[in-house]
Amino acid sequence: MAALAWLTVLSGTYIVYPWYRAAPPVGAANLTAFPRSLLLSNPATRQWHLIGMEWKEHVAWLVPIAITMAAFVAIKYARDLKHSPALRSALYGFVGTSLFAAGVAGFFGAMLDKNAPVDGGPTIRLVQGE
Amino acid sequence: MSTHIADSHDNVPAVPNGSAAAAILSAGIGSFVVALLTIAADQSATVKSLLSIYKPTGALSGVTTFAILVWFFAWAVLEWRWHGRNLSLKRINVIAFTLLALSLLGTFPPLGDLL
Repeated sequence: MAALAWLTVLSGTYIVYPWYRAAPPVGAANLTAFPRSLLLSNPATRQWHLIGMEWKEHVAWLVPIAITMAAFVAIKYARDLKHSPALRSALYGFVGTSLFAAGVAGFFGAMLDKNAPVDGGPTIRLVQGE
Repeated sequence: MSTHIADSHDNVPAVPNGSAAAAILSAGIGSFVVALLTIAADQSATVKSLLSIYKPTGALSGVTTFAILVWFFAWAVLEWRWHGRNLSLKRINVIAFTLLALSLLGTFPPLGDLL
């Protein structure tokens, strides 16, 4: 789970996000290949970037930190968890928060892609248009 | 901090809980630094530029890279200080949860913009 969390934020930040925030050529009329600019160009979709993407891109990074800690503690203290309410509270709190953060990132990721699909680079296409 | 936190016992664990305390508190610190740098980059063009260590990703690259470095550094230092000791996890949890809550709030743009 921790490895998947790291894989998700690293691929999201360094593969997908550069496609999302790519700057269009000056004077470009068709912004469909530039999701960030497309969202910002329309008052009706502007908040998807200003709130949705801005929150999603940062809050998602709380997940691998929390889950890595939880994995470390759960493995090292497997026998003590039953007898230490404080240790269990820490795990529940961090794992619960990371689930919430992952939910925020997943929700906004889906809604952003619905409003402005990320097509990807020249060779890898994550979303195939019509 | 350690004089108040160290060597009190919730339930004496089979394995000293110092390593758990170090992991929990450092996770809170690392999370908080994500929010702190997010707000700093949002408020200052200079900080934003300094944090843009990988241009295609912008300031997010620096925010996350430095937050991870601070997290690992804090974890290593706390592990070094607390390894083999038993600490009051309740106090550690309160501090870590506070930092975690602040990190959730700080990364939420409308609240971060208020600062």
